[in-house]
Amino acid sequence: MNPLVELALLFGQLSLLMFGGGPTILPEMQRQVTEVHAWLTPREFAALFALAQASPGPNMLVVALIGWRVAGVAGALVAFGAICAPSSVLTYFAAAAWYRFRDKAWRKVIQVGLVPVTTGLIGAGAVILAATTTLDWRTALLTGVATVVLTATRIHPLAVLAVGAGVGVSGLLG
Amino acid sequence: MYDTTVRPTLSALFMGFFTVGICGFGGVLPWARWMMVERRRWLTGAEFTDLMGLCQFLPGPNVINISVALGARYHGALGSVVAFCGLMAAPIVIIIVLAIVYDRFHEVPWVRDGFIGLAATASGLVLSMALKMAAPLWGRPVAIVVALATFGAIVGPRWSLLTVLAVMAPISVLIAWRGRL
Repeated sequence: MNPLVELALLFGQLSLLMFGGGPTILPEMQRQVTEVHAWLTPREFAALFALAQASPGPNMLVVALIGWRVAGVAGALVAFGAICAPSSVLTYFAAAAWYRFRDKAWRKVIQVGLVPVTTGLIGAGAVILAATTTLDWRTALLTGVATVVLTATRIHPLAVLAVGAGVGVSGLLG
Repeated sequence: MYDTTVRPTLSALFMGFFTVGICGFGGVLPWARWMMVERRRWLTGAEFTDLMGLCQFLPGPNVINISVALGARYHGALGSVVAFCGLMAAPIVIIIVLAIVYDRFHEVPWVRDGFIGLAATASGLVLSMALKMAAPLWGRPVAIVVALATFGAIVGPRWSLLTVLAVMAPISVLIAWRGRL
């Protein structure tokens, strides 16, 4: 199949499964991109994700990077268009209905019911991603320290990312 | 809190979201709120919270859903397209330039080492966000069990997302409906 069509189908589908924001689909995206389609190795996937985190804009930009890796600039635009279009069309039509149903009990039940599922999915995505960036005890320690610092302090994430890159450049990770 | 709102023109919609796209390092939502509520007064704080609820409930990237819903509210489909393009114009160009630079230099030893550090730290950023999102479940045993079962199904047998959602979402909504969550 044409890679642009494959990109459009994969990310168009993921767009509609992305409940609670991007991190929900991280494990599935990683599985599809590194195992099912084998476009990237898990290490390359983690590196592209890091690049998207360090860049301004929504971190779903990692999708554009994957598309770019598969089929150049056209791949980037098709993949990013596919991850945005289905959910955006749905949002466009749902916005009016949402106001109409905002006091309905069933709407609140669905909202409350989805929270633990989303939380589990996001946790799984984080653990799977961390497993691919953990090469030895030093990278594990760096991830652990970054997790604690970003959870317990209000230091800007970009500053923490810059320090992490600096630790790597200095050769401390071997 | 302001209680009057301003109706944005199409070019203001574009420029407002363009600023958010450029500023949004490591999380775009706080910038989106600041721009729409405090800086430009397109929405009151309460309206923003309501809009945010809609965008979290629907699938898709939250901030992109916000741009689509807000654009639609003031200028229909054209407004949605303009707000979306404003938000994404700068980030998509920047990321492609960064990708080309990365491709050119990622074999250089210090660049490769820097990326190993950057990637490990980015994992910390995602783990930290997962912990912050899990915090409200503390002290709610049923919700914790549902979250752990979802987590286990993905991390252990590597079930596909579609399977996990098809099984866990109805179970969890049913538990919530019985008031046990």
